Amino acid sequence: MQTLQKRLEGLDVLIGARLSGAPVSLQPIPGTIPVAQVVIGGREELPIFITASDAQILCICYLWHDTEIVPEKRLELLETMLDLNPAIPLSSFGRVEGRHVLFGALSRDARAEDIADDVATLSDNALDALEALSPYLL
Amino acid sequence: MSVIGKIATLIKGSARELGESIVDANGARIYEQEIRDARDAIARAKADLTGVMAKEMQSAREIERARAEIARLENLALEALEKGKEDLAEEAAAKVAEQEADLERQTQLHAEYALQANRLKELIKVSDAKIREHEREVQMAKTTESVYKATQTISESIGSSGSKLMSAKESLERIKKRHEDLSDRMTAAEALDRELGTKALEAKLAEAGIGENVHRKEKVMERIRARRDAKTVVDEETRA
Repeated sequence: MQTLQKRLEGLDVLIGARLSGAPVSLQPIPGTIPVAQVVIGGREELPIFITASDAQILCICYLWHDTEIVPEKRLELLETMLDLNPAIPLSSFGRVEGRHVLFGALSRDARAEDIADDVATLSDNALDALEALSPYLL
Repeated sequence: MSVIGKIATLIKGSARELGESIVDANGARIYEQEIRDARDAIARAKADLTGVMAKEMQSAREIERARAEIARLENLALEALEKGKEDLAEEAAAKVAEQEADLERQTQLHAEYALQANRLKELIKVSDAKIREHEREVQMAKTTESVYKATQTISESIGSSGSKLMSAKESLERIKKRHEDLSDRMTAAEALDRELGTKALEAKLAEAGIGENVHRKEKVMERIRARRDAKTVVDEETRA
């Protein structure tokens, strides 16, 4: 299996091409596990993190923390997210350590083009989801 | 309990607990050892199965052969009896008895081989299912571990860069504002383009002697001359 960094070579250009030529920066984050950060020009607040395990490649976008949800709208928000899950192309809602995320999972053998498709779609979906679901947030 | 069930239980516990249980390299190693063992067992069972199935086919051939031989010898014995050759008939009957004993032995062996082959096939199926289950478990544990470790790495990176995580609403507002700024700039740029386009046209028109800006200087001179003339008339009237 190729290293994550090797696999992601040229990904910035591929993502930019899928987002009307937006500037895209791609940089590895040092740590115990390979993670790369993708920052898309104009959406700097919603970076996308790519990480790989033996089983899959995950592209993750952090949306909000549990504490940001309007308490009385919590159940409604969670149900809305579950209902939305099958309808959103390529991305799904999830939660990691209290942070709600939108993520796309790919086979570990996915091509750079497939990863770029996923990241570009994820970025669009994340922005869209944030806008649509912000009435549930503090 | 299903693999997903186990992971759900672990996730409900504290993150530390999760770190200690799923991210247990030792546990993963044990599973990996079990997977290797099961793979070895399958390889051995497959080799054994090949041998057993070969013997099963051999015994089937032996059974056929013995049956044919018995039929042939019985016919010969019958013929000898009919020709009054009792000794020969008895000799043939002795051979038939030998062949029958052989047939019995081969039939028994054949049944045993078939049973063994079935047992080995079952063993392969069970081991294979065990491998798949363990592999799924290891993969899921590793994936969970990987996601949580990645989250830690990302949190640390955000923490060390000094930038704090903005709230989702703040992020959205900033993105929207930037988008609006961009859209305003684009509108302004379009307006400017239009304006510049108009000015360029007016300049061209003036050059061609068309429009208000033509002969502006001459018009001003005319106005000044008119004022001077008017002033001269007033002065003359005053003097007079």
